[in-house]
Amino acid sequence: MYSEKVMDHFQNPRNVGEIEEASGVGTVGNAKCGDIMRMYLDIDDHQVIRDCKFKTFGCGAAVATSSMATELVKGKTVNEALKITNQAVMEALDGLPPVKVHCSLLAEEAIHAALWDYAEKNGIKIEGLAKPKSDIGEEEEEEEY
Amino acid sequence: MADKIIYMDNAATTPVRPEALAAMLPYFTEKFGNPSSIYRISAENKNAITTAREKIAETIHTTAENIYFTAGGSESDNWAIKAAAEAYAEKGKHIITSKIEHHAVLHTCEYLEKHGFEVTYLDVDENGLVDLKQLEASIRPDTILISVMFANNEIGTVEPIAEIGAIAKNHGVLFHTDAVQAYTKENIDVEAMHIDMLSASGHKIGGPKGIGFLYIRKGVKIRSLIHGGAQERRRRAGTENVTGIIGMAKAAELAVSEQKEITEKEKKIRDHLIARIEKEIPYARLNGDREKRLANNVNFSFRFIEGESMLIMLDGKGICASSGSACTSGSLDPSHVLLAIGLPHEIAHGSLRLTVSDQTTLEEADFVVDSLKEIVEKLRSMSPLYEDFIKNNK
Repeated sequence: MYSEKVMDHFQNPRNVGEIEEASGVGTVGNAKCGDIMRMYLDIDDHQVIRDCKFKTFGCGAAVATSSMATELVKGKTVNEALKITNQAVMEALDGLPPVKVHCSLLAEEAIHAALWDYAEKNGIKIEGLAKPKSDIGEEEEEEEY
Repeated sequence: MADKIIYMDNAATTPVRPEALAAMLPYFTEKFGNPSSIYRISAENKNAITTAREKIAETIHTTAENIYFTAGGSESDNWAIKAAAEAYAEKGKHIITSKIEHHAVLHTCEYLEKHGFEVTYLDVDENGLVDLKQLEASIRPDTILISVMFANNEIGTVEPIAEIGAIAKNHGVLFHTDAVQAYTKENIDVEAMHIDMLSASGHKIGGPKGIGFLYIRKGVKIRSLIHGGAQERRRRAGTENVTGIIGMAKAAELAVSEQKEITEKEKKIRDHLIARIEKEIPYARLNGDREKRLANNVNFSFRFIEGESMLIMLDGKGICASSGSACTSGSLDPSHVLLAIGLPHEIAHGSLRLTVSDQTTLEEADFVVDSLKEIVEKLRSMSPLYEDFIKNNK
């Protein structure tokens, strides 16, 4: 059901991990729906994304779109990164099954959320960037086993 | 090892047993006659079907006249519920079922709700067992049918069928059970258990796909499913699936006669898997009842990770399993069974079902656990939920 590229990015995800003291961190998605993406950006003084890492809870498509999104934003300027759409992520992966399109939307949102965090931390305004929805549901109690 | 397939999805389907296949083969070619025709080759086929029907009847302690061949478990469930609802609508329009039924039952009940019937969906406890007191309290003067599954397909919990049958009988309500998973694995006695209708399927027990049966107790009013011929006592017309019937009967006969040995072998593997997973993988929860459980079912939720990812990685190692995650169902909600036993969504998303057979070896089970440990660790290392959990618990 998945393209070879999706399988490759799922089985060998690029840029998994965290960035200590990242310039921006964004977490999107919802544990209820089974998808959470967290994206870390390291951005230099010229607003160029030097590094990008991710962590994702989700299906094969969610992991693969996260991985591809990190590849796409690396080396881009903040403004360029903002223009990366879910369509671009999907195309780069040679497509996704229809039921998985929402995973690519999550990747786009994760980039935006991380950029928003960066802008807030630095007190700057990025043209065309809206405050991301936060629906991670952290208020939910963790159950002990 | 990835070239070798380790099949741990026997609740989804099973390979046809060689003995069943051998019994079927002549009926594709030389014994091709239509059982309803008059000449000898057809009369022989009619006899073969009669013998198969008798064999099937024996496996659930009834007589052949009460066995109706269908195309499988889903058809049997649909037929039993819709046709009984229609036949008894004058008495009442209330049906009782449970929240953890197979969709063949649940969606049929939802369909009936759109056509004027009322349905009570019984809760289950954290192990998936229905509450007999709630069941009895739900019975009303207009209740016409109780449908509770014999054993659950996801978590393997075996319901108190004899007790439910007794309650139904006392109140004069029909009792149907979906026994697709339990058939030949659990002892089924439709008389002792007061079961009025029972659904079963061929391909879950080493028989072929596309064949099943519905047991209907003599005297139960039920409308015909398919009109147009005298087959199945006119209740399900159409030329019989001769090869399917022969194959299912052979598989059922063998499975019941070997039940004790098969169950022992399966339980050994099942308990080995459960023990190793509980000991070696942290934050894992066994779903389903520990004791009242099908011999071949293992179902765990692994916190912080998602089921489909697990399945793809297991597949990469040649392991076939299944999950109750949303991503494997095409919807956004995880399995209704896991939600009904009270699991939060994110934990239900991380479920894994392994269903073994008597052919599964301890070596295979060990390979599965070793692979699973590696996969769970890898997915947790990528999971933001695990990252938060570790940070919050430092």
